[in-house]
Amino acid sequence: MSVRLVRLLLCSLLLLSGCNQPDPPGIPRQRSAGIPATGDTLVTGSIGEASTLIPLLASDAASHSIAGYIYNGLVKYDKELNLVGDLARSWEVSPDGLVITFHLRQGVKWQDGHEFTGRDVLYTYGVTIDPKTPTSYAEDFKQVKKVECPDPYTVRVTYDHPFAPALASWGSSILPAHLLEGKDITRTDLARRPVGTGPYRLKEWVAGQQITLESFDGYFEGRPYLDRVVDRLIPDSSTMYLELKAGGIDMMNLTPVQYQRQTVGASFLEHFNKYRYPASSYVYMGYNLRNPLFSDLRVRRALTHAINKEELIQGVLLGMGQTAKGPYKPGTWAWNPHIIDPAYDPAEARRLLAQAGWRDTDGDGILDKGGKPFQFTVLTNQGNAERLKSAQIIQQRLRSVGIDMKIRVIEWASFITHFIDTRNFEAVILGWTLGQDPDIFDVWHSSKSGKKELNFIGYKNEEVDRLIVAGRGTFDQKERQRCYWRIQEILAQEQPYTFLYVPDALPTVSARVRGIVPAPAGISYDFIRWYVPKKEQRYAQ
Amino acid sequence: MAAYLLKRIAMLFPLLLGITLITFTVIHLAPGEPVEMQTAMSPKITAETRQRLREFYGLDKPLHVQYGLWLGRIARLDFGRSFAPDNRPVMDKIRERIPVTLSLNLIALVLEFGLALPIGILAAVRRSTLLDKGLTLFVFLGFAMPTFWLALLLMYLFGVKLEWLPISGLHSLGSERLAPFPWLLDLARHLILPLGVASFGSLAGLSRYMRSTMLEVIGQDYITTARAKGLSERTVILKHALRNALLPIITLLGFSLPGLIGGSVIFETIFAIPGMGQLFFMGVMARDYPLVMGILVIGAGLTLVGNLLADLCYALADPRIRHGGG
Repeated sequence: MSVRLVRLLLCSLLLLSGCNQPDPPGIPRQRSAGIPATGDTLVTGSIGEASTLIPLLASDAASHSIAGYIYNGLVKYDKELNLVGDLARSWEVSPDGLVITFHLRQGVKWQDGHEFTGRDVLYTYGVTIDPKTPTSYAEDFKQVKKVECPDPYTVRVTYDHPFAPALASWGSSILPAHLLEGKDITRTDLARRPVGTGPYRLKEWVAGQQITLESFDGYFEGRPYLDRVVDRLIPDSSTMYLELKAGGIDMMNLTPVQYQRQTVGASFLEHFNKYRYPASSYVYMGYNLRNPLFSDLRVRRALTHAINKEELIQGVLLGMGQTAKGPYKPGTWAWNPHIIDPAYDPAEARRLLAQAGWRDTDGDGILDKGGKPFQFTVLTNQGNAERLKSAQIIQQRLRSVGIDMKIRVIEWASFITHFIDTRNFEAVILGWTLGQDPDIFDVWHSSKSGKKELNFIGYKNEEVDRLIVAGRGTFDQKERQRCYWRIQEILAQEQPYTFLYVPDALPTVSARVRGIVPAPAGISYDFIRWYVPKKEQRYAQ
Repeated sequence: MAAYLLKRIAMLFPLLLGITLITFTVIHLAPGEPVEMQTAMSPKITAETRQRLREFYGLDKPLHVQYGLWLGRIARLDFGRSFAPDNRPVMDKIRERIPVTLSLNLIALVLEFGLALPIGILAAVRRSTLLDKGLTLFVFLGFAMPTFWLALLLMYLFGVKLEWLPISGLHSLGSERLAPFPWLLDLARHLILPLGVASFGSLAGLSRYMRSTMLEVIGQDYITTARAKGLSERTVILKHALRNALLPIITLLGFSLPGLIGGSVIFETIFAIPGMGQLFFMGVMARDYPLVMGILVIGAGLTLVGNLLADLCYALADPRIRHGGG
């Protein structure tokens, strides 16, 4: 009996791995929009569990993504990535750029029925800059000289200097003063039973399993169509993908392989819509400019000439991305479309290296100068397959122009403490997430190259410094654009990083959900207008 | 016997203290601090903010002072507050996870013993037959197969292709509105895959152990005597042989005590089960020192108690130990 069992088991495993018939390829189906209706539940999955639903204290993506349904800021970005009012109806900036006056919406209710006023804004500002609050979001508010509330629906903020990123910093979640004033924010139960002004409120939080949100009928922009949002904690990404295929979750971000190869079958496209737009991040290879090897501009340009960025996008992202030439997301107003950076040209790379004195004198295929071969190690962090694959492709390309690049993968914590903080590296492959405001002071200004600061490559260019300061010191978008476009020209010329690529975000959402309109801001900016037609609703009340 | 017991219990305290000292040092030696993990590479962090966070968590004090403070709290059974941004008491976090891990592991343990013992006995009685070889192959297949791989294949087969079983988690959406019996059925359906995979993987050790002790017993003279008396083979094996062969197995049970709350990271992660293994793993990744230390202390305590119980059971079962040798 047992032998038969073994045989059966072996056979079924073989069946599973070998004879699995691929889904016939399908084409995305056009669906009727149906009639907008309230009801149904959207089930999402999340790799990590939210830690606290007071966004001021949270530092993880999971917490912020849940809190995003529950709270509002004074301002927000619309689908074209322009700042518009949220809890503020409108605002004006004084001609000298020092005072911002917000006019708040009237009649906005907290989810417990209390009215929202300027007092909540004052409290949120006060608790954020309070030295006793363990938050990482105090920095922008510290630029504020004073905040006044001349009447319940007006908030006036004064700055010492004109500070353009200031406006966007008022998009931080506003907290309920009437529940928090006089309490220790780190000990309040609001962290697990939040009260916000947003379209959804917390219904239930089952630790380690799921968070259930339900629509808030009194939301000032109108009740959202979807009755509930359930966020399931699924720590393993393979499991999450299987849950998606089995219909256990309705929405997920796909990897390029999943998007291009595993979700092209007719049965998948019958049940899901796939979306694609540039993500707000880029991947780069950064050089330690303190190292004599990389302080030579010709060498850095030669390295970029030797790297084929198109090939990286095809090989690593299966085409799901675009080349990066500077630190901005293509299509945004700060992004300069006219940048020309060193194109893939191995001959030019070899010529530049020869000019810089690197020649293969001993015939071993590796360039050398003064008896030392051109050799360096690139570091990248563990757990990011895309960066490692990029490094391996670059390694081959550099080898063909006579550069010996070694690759080392290091766990994140030691990467930061032992290599980045001590500046003990030659080159790194890392990525930056891009904020909506184009200010890049923290990463590129020469004053930010101290210990633990983010200009760890030690980049220093006086014109860039001046332009960064000018760009954050004015609210005039034309003027700011001029500054950032010029910075991109300089960076393209100097190649302190080889900017590699901007990947695409590849979300997929259950096809029963309608009303999703992709825009530069992605898909979820208009979440409260998503709906499921009555006939297709899946989860009953 | 009482003196022996007292001596063993007195020994527990210095042992536990030593364990905490070593684990405390080791976890602090790991590169990166809680503050680091929260703020690394974030553009909006200044040195001042970082300092403020370090003071908030008490990380600015020298290590021996931190250990002293922690030890003082633990002596009053206060496990402290988590370094995660929610700042909840460590005890609360552990308490909400223990029931899941404990009940799952208990069921798994029962399954494991319930399957491994008969397999071991069968293999011993039918030694060197095709059945014995088949069973050996079967249990080692489970032992050798990576859990996560088998789990993913089964999830794909039963969850996506056949749609017989749910893939992950413990409950279906909306299960809280079900009547008790369908609710239990829903839970059971969720448990089939994780428990199946976990037991399949752990059959080998125990069943091989059972097989070898059984073989040893079967070779003894009193078994030959029992057979000579004309007892049925069934009585010989189940009454005479099994009883004696089971003694060492009882000791193994004692050793499984700490494992009951331990939980497995891979297994809990892949099936999205909110257990202790996941909690511990995430605590380590975030350098959440109080949480990690809390779980380790409880684990160490249970290991020591488990060892003690195993020794006591052995003493009770074996007169030679009970009477102090000879």
